Amino acid sequence: MTQELDIPTAKTPLAKREEKLAWGLLAPTLISVALVVILPLIAIFWISFKPITLSDLRPPVPIVKEAVRGSGEKLRIEYRLRNSSQTKPITDISIVDELPKGVQINGEVPEGCVVNDRALNCAFDQIEGGFNQKLIFAISAADEDLAEELAEDSEPTVSGRSENILTNFEFTFDNFVRVFDGSEFFGVLGVTLFYTIFGTIGALVVGLFAALLLNKSFRGQGILRGLYLFPYVAPVIAVAFSWLILFDPFSGSANALLIQMGVSEQAINFFGERPLALVTVTVFEIWRYFPLSFLFILARMQSIDSDMYEAADMDGASPFQKFWYLSIPQLLGILSVLFLLRFIWTFNKFDDIFLLTGGNAGTRTLTVNVYEQAFAISNIGAGAAVAVVIFCCLLLFSLFFFKFMSQEEGL
Amino acid sequence: MTALRTGLTTNAFVGAIWTFVVAISAAIVMSFATGLPFKPDLLFSLILGATAGLAASQGRRAAIVAGLVMFLLGAVGFGPLEAGEANPLAADLIAHFATALFALIGIFKIVVSDQFGAINRHDFEETLIRMLTGIGYVFFTAIVLIPFYVMVMTSLKNQSELVQNPLDFSLDLSKGWDLFRSYTELFSDFGFATYLMNSMFISIITVFITLAFSIPGAYAVARLRFSGQAAFSRSILLIYMVPMIVLALPIYMAFSIAGLRNSVLGIVLVYPVTTIPVALYMLQGYFRGLPAEVEEAGLMDGLSRLAVIWKITLPLSLPALASVSLYVFMIAWNEFLLAFMLLDDPSKFTLTRGIASLNSSEIPRQHLMAGAVIATVPIMALFLGLERFMTKGLTAGSVKG
Repeated sequence: MTQELDIPTAKTPLAKREEKLAWGLLAPTLISVALVVILPLIAIFWISFKPITLSDLRPPVPIVKEAVRGSGEKLRIEYRLRNSSQTKPITDISIVDELPKGVQINGEVPEGCVVNDRALNCAFDQIEGGFNQKLIFAISAADEDLAEELAEDSEPTVSGRSENILTNFEFTFDNFVRVFDGSEFFGVLGVTLFYTIFGTIGALVVGLFAALLLNKSFRGQGILRGLYLFPYVAPVIAVAFSWLILFDPFSGSANALLIQMGVSEQAINFFGERPLALVTVTVFEIWRYFPLSFLFILARMQSIDSDMYEAADMDGASPFQKFWYLSIPQLLGILSVLFLLRFIWTFNKFDDIFLLTGGNAGTRTLTVNVYEQAFAISNIGAGAAVAVVIFCCLLLFSLFFFKFMSQEEGL
Repeated sequence: MTALRTGLTTNAFVGAIWTFVVAISAAIVMSFATGLPFKPDLLFSLILGATAGLAASQGRRAAIVAGLVMFLLGAVGFGPLEAGEANPLAADLIAHFATALFALIGIFKIVVSDQFGAINRHDFEETLIRMLTGIGYVFFTAIVLIPFYVMVMTSLKNQSELVQNPLDFSLDLSKGWDLFRSYTELFSDFGFATYLMNSMFISIITVFITLAFSIPGAYAVARLRFSGQAAFSRSILLIYMVPMIVLALPIYMAFSIAGLRNSVLGIVLVYPVTTIPVALYMLQGYFRGLPAEVEEAGLMDGLSRLAVIWKITLPLSLPALASVSLYVFMIAWNEFLLAFMLLDDPSKFTLTRGIASLNSSEIPRQHLMAGAVIATVPIMALFLGLERFMTKGLTAGSVKG
């Protein structure tokens, strides 16, 4: 064997070319992922330290409206200057306009304004939030209607500088204080953990049962396998609303059925009561995602060598013994990988709970809390802070996950 | 425990349990189909079921007799299924007959035959497993089908009819095409034709962009040697772990500032990036499994790498491309969060966003369910038609949910 002698230490030109090609082929993916994943991640950390609300997304701007009013002696041009923000000041405002032909300025001009021939210039150092005042120029004109028309045709240009809260260097810990303050956070965390742990384990166990059912060939096996994937394949919004209608406390079929069968005396508000709502959304999560675990477990089961079972049969093992001592150890790898993956994805889940309860009745998870803070309370900064907390939790999980993955069979 | 493990007790036990399960299922099916009151009767189910279990173990003839007895007792009001008093006779008879039939067919298949004495552990457990399997089929089929059944039937009915009797899903077929009124109204008054086109367009574009980006990337990760290769194939998985809501917030802000909200362009910019990592991961797994020799032969014959990908690798991986496309299409079609946050203008709505806009107290819920059916049917049809690719694709790359 001469192989050991031939291993090149430096990169050959061929290898260099290959490396270049590889990065070239990966570049589109890398760039798009950087733009849509990495950049927003950095942004969310930045935002989480900012006192920013939904209304701050539009920085304050000065707005000017021009109008010609009155007639004869009292003819005047009015510029209404307004700050679009109620709270934030604007600095260095300047208004530039051209007066219409045949218009004469009479008397004094407002402070800060200069009229030079027909050019009108106004400059102010600062206007406060909620500022709303008129600048009035008394004028006289040969043809008043024409003047009015001309004046209102020419738009004044206005500019001003305002501080954009997104880009300045003012930071605060308020968002995190607000997020961690009070008992609410731990309530939300508890709900998230309940939902994640039971949703994950439930989906695995139910999926395991479904896989056991279908791990034999019979007519119609393909149809059943397709059927059992329905909950996963259908759009979440469609199935979530179906569940809401099915379990409606007033006109839901499930309640009617339970009452008719004598299981329950009166209608149960499945999605509106603590702590039942949390259980119901967890059951929904299990229902929607058992197909995924079922599919993976079934694939693994079908690749187990059947010799082993034959040997066990010869030794007189009972079916439960075969399941417990042969199948389960074989499935342990895929089960643990599925557990970790599903755990993280369930932790990340937003749509399901948002659509089912909107986070009410004690079902607010961390992800729903991001939306609540950012859009319901309009406090984007606090929402971002919750998102950062989620991300840190995920980093923790991922570290654990990768440590584990290296030992388990890779998916 | 072992003293109880006799043919007598086992057969009676599985007969009783199975009959009760059949009675529950029959009650649910009959109630949902006719709206009439039916309920299972626990005591009679157990007694008759146990008897039937013992009878069925004695052979086919005894099983048929037990079934007839169960049916007749049911018809006079002492069966596993209890029918409402005002029910029409025909519905009652069908219900009792179906209960007896399915109970006995099941029991006949489950019981240990011809033994009253002690049975060995193997037979005992096999019997239990047969019963659990039967219950499992009933259970899973029920939980999967019921929500979809409710979805379809609600869309065909009138809200006031359903409030009156939530169980009555029977359809008045004399209405003819008028049954589909909520569908025609969605298309004519609510702009669902536009939403459907938007969803189609966005999903198909997403599939193409995803493939265009992920095929070269997957090939590079699978075949080419470069420093950082191992780290790279792992970090693809990491991107999987980032929750959408964390990204959605900054994307929403950036799009608000850049004026990309309410535009199909904005959606098409974001959707593919959520699917590229998945597609890349699935494809690189497949590419690795292809024989490298064929590609090397191509290289030796003077093809460039890109030509090798185009002329050799891609034709060989058509099945994988099909499953990846299907899967990406499904993600884009079902996507809700981003569409919900970024789209406010009804002319730009996707189907999922359109359905969300139907969720108000002013719009009758048959419209909401009709919308859900419109969104579900295309993806289901695609999926059932290409089920083989789908199952393969889903298991090939560990898939995001």
